[in-house]
Amino acid sequence: MASIELRSVGKRFGSHEVVRRVDLLVEDREFVAFVGPSGSGKSTLLRMIAGLETVSEGEILIDGQSVARVPPAKRGLAMVFQSYAIYPHMTAAENMSFSLRLAGVPKAERDAKVREVARALEMEALLERKPRALSGGQLQRVALGRAMVRQPKAFLLDEPLSNLDAALQAQMRLELVRLHRELKTTMIYVTHDQTEAMTMADRIVVLNEGRVEQAGTPLELYNRPASLFVAGFIGAPKMNFLPAQGAEGRTLGVRPEHVRIGEGGELAGEIVALERLGARTYVHARLTDGTRLVAEAAGDTGVREGDRLAFRILPEGRHWFDGSGRRVT
Amino acid sequence: MTRQRHRVRTGPLMTPAVGMLLVWMIVPLLMTLWFSAQRYNLLDPGGTAFAGLENYRDLVTGRALWVAMGNTLLLVGAVLAITLAGGTLLAVLLDREFPGRNICRLLVIAPFFVMPTVSALVWKNMLMNPVFGLIAWITRSLGLGAPDFFATAPLAAIILIVAWEWTPFAVLILLPALQSLSKEQREAARMDGAGAAAMFLHVELPHLRRPMAVVAMIETIFFLSLFAEIYVTTAGGPGLASTNLAYLIFQDALFEWDVGLASAGGVVAIALANVVAIFLMRVVGRTLEAER
Ligand SMILES: Nc1ncnc2c1ncn2[C@@H]1O[C@H](COP(=O)(O)OP(=O)(O)OP(=O)(O)O)[C@@H](O)[C@H]1O
Ligand SMILES: [Mg+2]
Repeated sequence: MASIELRSVGKRFGSHEVVRRVDLLVEDREFVAFVGPSGSGKSTLLRMIAGLETVSEGEILIDGQSVARVPPAKRGLAMVFQSYAIYPHMTAAENMSFSLRLAGVPKAERDAKVREVARALEMEALLERKPRALSGGQLQRVALGRAMVRQPKAFLLDEPLSNLDAALQAQMRLELVRLHRELKTTMIYVTHDQTEAMTMADRIVVLNEGRVEQAGTPLELYNRPASLFVAGFIGAPKMNFLPAQGAEGRTLGVRPEHVRIGEGGELAGEIVALERLGARTYVHARLTDGTRLVAEAAGDTGVREGDRLAFRILPEGRHWFDGSGRRVT
Repeated sequence: MTRQRHRVRTGPLMTPAVGMLLVWMIVPLLMTLWFSAQRYNLLDPGGTAFAGLENYRDLVTGRALWVAMGNTLLLVGAVLAITLAGGTLLAVLLDREFPGRNICRLLVIAPFFVMPTVSALVWKNMLMNPVFGLIAWITRSLGLGAPDFFATAPLAAIILIVAWEWTPFAVLILLPALQSLSKEQREAARMDGAGAAAMFLHVELPHLRRPMAVVAMIETIFFLSLFAEIYVTTAGGPGLASTNLAYLIFQDALFEWDVGLASAGGVVAIALANVVAIFLMRVVGRTLEAER
């Protein structure tokens, strides 16, 4: 149970500025996701919170206390790594109880703790196995269990699901959300997958080149993206960007579900591809000025490739951005 | 390309290689066995005759064989222990970040590339010599007198020299192994509260088990037949104090010209090597099995 506060935190590797003046308050029991493209500094930010990386500028506070001089193990945080980082020579149970063993907790107490966590994760049968005898998903559980055994104030997870297959990812996503609800702890979750962030997080922090582009709830980010970058990053398929007529340098952003086909629309174009998903169809078109547009249509829409159609943009779905990519309200 | 499977007879293709191996291995072995059953001294060419187990009886009842065998085992054991411990320690230190690390690594590895004869000579004449050796100069200037290592503790001196030569080998194998330890695993251990000591004991050392087993295996092969260092420094002396099996055989063959006795010694050495090999395979093999 902890709030984590970043005060204009920056990180430099040599002259390379990787994180720039990040201000952020993660509330107690909040589930926050850091998203951004590869190299945007998500992991670096998380590792600074964990204490694995020094902070070049600013400060980090946990429960209001600066942790500049607190070593990683004493911050009361637990981390789950992308590679799981399971100790290969220890059984699952030994992996999970390692921190307690180092802290000098008696064996009986350690075992009880490990069993309790294993029950919560439904992995009691795996406890005596060595890592080499475990599958990716099972290793993932051991890594989670190892973090939970310490009863941390907050969990830090760095792309924990990226090595799992799609079905397992979906299952683990639900499980993580359930764990978050049951454990009532703060969680910071790093991912480059916006769907993961949208489905799990209370709040999303979008990072771009080490800067916070926007922080807000998933729907805030979806409905009112603060910049072109966020608009393009959140939502699948991506938002359409059209050079605006009239206003110089402005861009009009519109999501596929806010484009209507063939109703006396102001745009004309040719269908170049159809993406049929069953319940709905994404219609890819090339407009007369050459820009691409994706529109959402019904699953049984009758349009075909090569059709020339008109498109209308719903007024409530218009997002305007100025020349520097900022949102214009 | 046809999809048809060709049943190539590999036998004829392998014959030359296997034949070579057999000739190189089996023929000398058989000859050694044959000679070991002969009364055959080069100083008395006329007296050659079949001797049965006489040579072996001479060996077993004499003191030299047992002393040499003890020395061999002591030498192997002591140098193994020193090089493994020292090599691991150095590898862990050289794995840390510090200024001048690359130069340090180079210097640590360097002794391995010096010929055994040369390094033995350097140790004998420049470092351990009681009259003009560096160590003697230091101890003398401290008023402690000058120790004569090769006279008072010859085997220990040789152990020191060989350990100096072979510790770099251990580092050479163990350092890259240590560097292959994943960064995230160390970080996980740090988050779990492991300090330097716990990190070494619970993360680094287990990771080094396999490479350490490999080092032990390779080094044993070389240490069982150690020769140049003994030949150059003590010539097996004083008395038998630093004679190992290899040196004993050399002495029997080339000082006493007793081919029969030397061959019998050779057979005993082969037997010892096999015993050690089986023992090692057991211990090391289990280590290799246990992981992964
Ligand atoms: N130890 C380091 N030394 C120098 N540069 C580093 C170091 N660690 C990270 N960087 C750089 O910092 C930038 C951000 O890295 P970071 O790992 O935080 O990105 P990320 O957002 O987690 O990306 P990904 O999604 O690929 O994991 C990258 O440009 C990377 O090259
Ligand atoms: Mg990362």
